[in-house]
Amino acid sequence: MAHGHSAEAAAHAPAGGHGEGVQHPIKIYLWIWLLLFVFSTFSYLVDFYRLQGYLRWTLIIIFMLLKAGFIVAIFMHMAWERLALKLAILVPPLALLVLVGLMAIEGDYTFLTRLQSFVHEVQKPSGHASSHAAEEPAAEH
Amino acid sequence: MNHESSAALPAVPEGLKGVTADWSADKQAFPVPWGKAMMWIFLLSDTFIFSCFLISYMNVRMSTTSGWPNPSEVFSLTVFGESIPLFLIAIMTMILITSSGTMAMAVNFGYRRDRKKTALLMFATALLGLSFVGMQAFEWSKLILDEGVRPWGNPMGAAQFGSAFFMITGFHGLHVSCGVIYLCVVATRVLNGFYERKGTYETVEVAGLYWHFVDLVWVFIFAFFYLW
Repeated sequence: MAHGHSAEAAAHAPAGGHGEGVQHPIKIYLWIWLLLFVFSTFSYLVDFYRLQGYLRWTLIIIFMLLKAGFIVAIFMHMAWERLALKLAILVPPLALLVLVGLMAIEGDYTFLTRLQSFVHEVQKPSGHASSHAAEEPAAEH
Repeated sequence: MNHESSAALPAVPEGLKGVTADWSADKQAFPVPWGKAMMWIFLLSDTFIFSCFLISYMNVRMSTTSGWPNPSEVFSLTVFGESIPLFLIAIMTMILITSSGTMAMAVNFGYRRDRKKTALLMFATALLGLSFVGMQAFEWSKLILDEGVRPWGNPMGAAQFGSAFFMITGFHGLHVSCGVIYLCVVATRVLNGFYERKGTYETVEVAGLYWHFVDLVWVFIFAFFYLW
């Protein structure tokens, strides 16, 4: 029943587009579903076993990108769309990487500035009191 | 199947030539239903909104001089006398993935014109979404009432933790809640034969796109806010 309909719809479907009637077997969804479970479990285990540092961040990002990729490609059918639609949707978010870079630099700068001015403020009272001026270099350590 | 249908119509080029051909002619750019194209463009704009939240979260976390509260401890849950890190969050993640799976199958059954199964799977998706929001409400009240987290401060460390948390998960929860309503409306229409009369079930796929996007955003929130 479904087969007859899909053949009929495929004839009317726009070329290359993911038109109605272009069906995928349920199996592929179940496989992706399972994969998403596995990747989620892995990323949870990264936290559970308290992995730290670059290993932790690398694993988290790898599992995150794998999950995101499978959701977009299979669940959202992006893999079967035409290249024009793929590019229109997937390329603009790359601009966000520039924003990430800029905000990382800015965050670093703010952090250093705060450290500097906080240290400066702590020193201020002793700096104004002339009797303690000699102790000031010691206070820095 | 897809390749067969495009091979049957030789006039449309593939690859980069296909991109220029699709854009340059005086015609519809994307050979998809308009609802689907518009949903994709809406999701693209939503991507930028969520990215702004996550990037500003990165910025405040990098620039704060006081320690960031350890999410692994903050979001741990005591089950049977044992403290399990991120327990509730792990369950919420699994629920959202499950709901994405049921939604993908609902879209599939929609195109097979199996109204009962489509509607049933969509209601199941909505129910899972609802339980996700319920757990989030539980998480929020635990954080606000028991841990004393406020948008302007908290007893565990950096003051920005609260504002970033409420803003990011709140906006995501709002998306889930809207999605539940959206899914219920579409599922009801599937059931009463609205799309059968219309002759197409593409609205089910468009609703599916939105729902998968909500899951997609959670993948990033889970990685960057809870695990980092």
